[in-house]
Amino acid sequence: MKRYEPFLALVLAGGLIAAAIAAPWLRFVLTIALAKGIAVMGILLLLRAGQVSFGHALYIGFGAYVVAFFAPVAGDGVLIIAASAAGAGLLGLVVGLFVTRYRQIFFGMLNLAMCMVFYSLLEKLYHITHGTDGIRVEIMPIAGQVLDRVSYEWTVFGIAMGLAFVVGFIIRLYLASPMGEALAGIKTRETRLEFMGVPARGILLAAYVASAMLGGIGGALIAMTSRHVTPLLSYWTASGELVFIAILGGPGGVLGPFLGAATYELVRVYAAASFADAWQMILGLVLLLVILFAPGGLWGLASRLVGERRR
Amino acid sequence: MTTLTRRETLAAGFGTVLLPATLSAQPVAKPAEFKIGVTTFLSGPASVFGVPSRRACEMLAEQINAAGGIAGVPIRPIFVDEGPGTDHLVGEIRRLVQSEGVHTIFQSISSGSCLACTPLSRELNKVMLLWDCGTQRIFEEARYDYAFRTQGYGTSEVLAPLLYLLKTKPNIRTLAVVNQDYAWGRDSWELWKTAMDALKPGVRVVAEMFPRFGSTDFSTEITRLLALRPDVIYSTSWGGELVTFIRQATERRLHERSTFVLPVAEASMQILGRSMPEGHIIGTRGDHWNNHPSPANPALFNGFVNAYRQKFNEYPIYPCHHMAQAVWALKAAVEKAVAAKNGAWPSDAELAAAFRGLTFPTPTSTITLREDGQGLEDQIVGLSSFNDRFPFAVPKDMMLFPGAQVSAPVGQKSTDWLKTLTPALIEQAGRPIG
Amino acid sequence: MAEWFQDNGLLLGLALLDGLSSAGLIFLVAVGLNLVFGVLRIVNVAHGSLYAIGAYSAASIGIFLAGLGLPAWASIPTLVLSAALVGAILGPLIERFILRRIYGGEEVVQLLVTFALFMILEDVQKLIWGVQPIHHDVALRALGTIDVPFGTDFIPFTNYQLFVLPTFAIVTLVGLALFLRRTLTGRVIVAVTTDREAATAMGIDAARIFLLTFTFGAMLAALGGALLSPTAALVPGIGAQTIVLSFAVVATAGLGQIEGAALTSLMMGLGRSIAVYFAPEFEVVVPYIIMVAVLLVRPQGLFGVIETRRV
Repeated sequence: MKRYEPFLALVLAGGLIAAAIAAPWLRFVLTIALAKGIAVMGILLLLRAGQVSFGHALYIGFGAYVVAFFAPVAGDGVLIIAASAAGAGLLGLVVGLFVTRYRQIFFGMLNLAMCMVFYSLLEKLYHITHGTDGIRVEIMPIAGQVLDRVSYEWTVFGIAMGLAFVVGFIIRLYLASPMGEALAGIKTRETRLEFMGVPARGILLAAYVASAMLGGIGGALIAMTSRHVTPLLSYWTASGELVFIAILGGPGGVLGPFLGAATYELVRVYAAASFADAWQMILGLVLLLVILFAPGGLWGLASRLVGERRR
Repeated sequence: MTTLTRRETLAAGFGTVLLPATLSAQPVAKPAEFKIGVTTFLSGPASVFGVPSRRACEMLAEQINAAGGIAGVPIRPIFVDEGPGTDHLVGEIRRLVQSEGVHTIFQSISSGSCLACTPLSRELNKVMLLWDCGTQRIFEEARYDYAFRTQGYGTSEVLAPLLYLLKTKPNIRTLAVVNQDYAWGRDSWELWKTAMDALKPGVRVVAEMFPRFGSTDFSTEITRLLALRPDVIYSTSWGGELVTFIRQATERRLHERSTFVLPVAEASMQILGRSMPEGHIIGTRGDHWNNHPSPANPALFNGFVNAYRQKFNEYPIYPCHHMAQAVWALKAAVEKAVAAKNGAWPSDAELAAAFRGLTFPTPTSTITLREDGQGLEDQIVGLSSFNDRFPFAVPKDMMLFPGAQVSAPVGQKSTDWLKTLTPALIEQAGRPIG
Repeated sequence: MAEWFQDNGLLLGLALLDGLSSAGLIFLVAVGLNLVFGVLRIVNVAHGSLYAIGAYSAASIGIFLAGLGLPAWASIPTLVLSAALVGAILGPLIERFILRRIYGGEEVVQLLVTFALFMILEDVQKLIWGVQPIHHDVALRALGTIDVPFGTDFIPFTNYQLFVLPTFAIVTLVGLALFLRRTLTGRVIVAVTTDREAATAMGIDAARIFLLTFTFGAMLAALGGALLSPTAALVPGIGAQTIVLSFAVVATAGLGQIEGAALTSLMMGLGRSIAVYFAPEFEVVVPYIIMVAVLLVRPQGLFGVIETRRV
């Protein structure tokens, strides 16, 4: 299956582009899906170590607010995405130094707590953040180019797609490297790692900072797409949504998050369109069915299909 | 504008998603159906407003269609949930326009939604009617060609109860505020404080409390208020939180120590029933009280209220009236635009032009959409009281404040304008009604 | 310091009274969550939904019985009975048909199953009870108020909040402690909490204990909601708010620790009410600050036991 991954990635990308051309509003939905996919990649890294962060919406929110605050000042999309990634990485380092001391439920709940503190601050510091009103983001120049709305939206879509490929490639390398293998070691028997002289906390911290950066990038892309940021981006249910996407896509490969995110966004949009007052229930049922009957997620389903064909 | 449209044509690739109206100068065919995208809360705490307003919208659509539609075209509302958050909603607005092909959007209860989505009216060149959100920032911070608010807004909804308070209780010295911690709670406090400092300088604010949005317990806040004994307690809370706050407060007799001023109270009166204390200042974000003593069109007013009651077994609350105002404004504008073209169907731009300066009738009065798009809606404020007609509190000693009197002039920011008010306004403003 | 107390001592006293009743409610919800986690090792996100359904059911049953002419004194027993009913119906349903399928699964999967349940139940509540606030406060009114002297003034408190809520919390705490220490079933639950493998190896029927514990936890969640219902108007979304706070209590208390949950609830209840008087802006973040502070000093939670490291 691993061998097919680059090929499948191209197929998926082609499908997304076709859909985005066919229906302009899908371009919007799919850009968000790509952005979330990038953030979910970070969740995947931590899942590799057996740790569930129930608070990564913190970094999504952080990245998004970096865009909101710096777009009028810095004024260039590329610069701002870089700033979001760097800022989220730094924040991840500070938070990570604290939370990587904990495992499992404590790890998850501490992340949740951090996320909720951030959410409360976004809401409370009304005179800076405009509270739940949020902040509108105007169309900004990208790489020095001043764009009209349609080309701006295509550019952000393109950037999201490009970043998804770059990030996917890097994470694939990362997971195959000793650092990545050690992550799996944390999941099975952490003490053994330490007996071998591998600093488990350092390994986890590195992954945590990387995941925070991915969250920051995802948040920045979301803000550049929806062009309005609110504290809700950091509410705990948004964190749950990220983990949801990770499991929906399947934790097996780096394509999983994007499969999951695209499916999630499309189901959500169509469920909301057809059953405006029961979309949560539909999402919940989809998740439940995937977990109970397709434990490997969509990626696992795809793997099985490919595997069968080979036989 | 045309170059952008053409580029959009190329980029979009498919003609189907393009709307005829954007091809300027082309005659517009009369649609078989006038689709209205309606964004409202169908989940979360604010669905207490969203669901009744959707019912009102569906009911009115049925009535209008039974009577032949608007300018001969039946209308169909398509509802979208505001609950999942802003990033979802801006996508939904695009979907409504680009995929569903709606002709108009009725937009949003939450101020945050309105602030995020109104700029899309400019990008999508679609008429947007802001049917319920109250933030004053929309038309004070930007100009929109396609967006209009078919009702009053925060400034008038706060200023009218304040004037009523100062007219009826001129000697207040201390005040406390308990508002929900989100945009409306904060903004409505800023408006009130600014106006109060101008109209009656020297009132001391003894406590500013902004409990978390969605709180289910105000015991601690109430204890503090009981200890502080402020003359007035101001709260623009709504929904379950207002009900909880009033129940917990009256149980502990806070209403005997302080006067409540509750500008958004009307929507909670049916739920509170007899447990609403009497003699406190209540508002309805407009003039559509169920016991309005002299509605402009009593038949229409009673017709709407009774039809709603029959269908849903409860009285309509203010979001239902706001929704109805948007529908009536749409009807008036479409008919005006069609008449201006001698019966031909108007383009989006022509429809938008019909809204500017439009005066449309409501059952209780008329509303004028000013030059900047803001509607001027009269405000009626009164004291909570009980009578034989209603099983819940309705206002007595009502005063009517004409919309123009309690709204910031075009081009001025509310917070700047409120600073220029003088105590003389207290005497001049408003008139008793009923 | 002494001067500060002279000025604010009375207010602090009022804050203590308020804090006690809110601590009582927090405890009832959190202790159920904690118990379930201790035994099943599942962080039950749907606990918040059970709380909300408990509240709604108690209000509906109360309204229904009041219509039949139920005397006011019976309203409190009605609250308890309806909570028991909700727990006894939903608890086994959820445990038997959903949770039982995933006991062997990964922690993240278990967490997500309950998250899916939470999403489904949110919409189910809306379908059953609608969106208009529902309230039924006969219990609160029947008991009346008591005037607490405050300098030359007095402050009315409701007897329900001042006495009934804390009493329920204390009775639950003592009852649970006795049950867990003195009865055979209780001891078995403790055994499973402390060392699941050893306990099952000794022939304990884990399936029965899981069912029992989950049902009991569901009843406690519903009881928390039922006891809330006389004081608050019920609206969609109350479950989401409560569950986050309960998470914080559980992680701070130490997993499966009843006394820890009591102490933590007390700290958080008092912390929040003191914040309302002296720093209202911090009210929301107080629980998380307490949580982070405690975990910095005691990573396993206040009463948590350090697990032996396995190699």
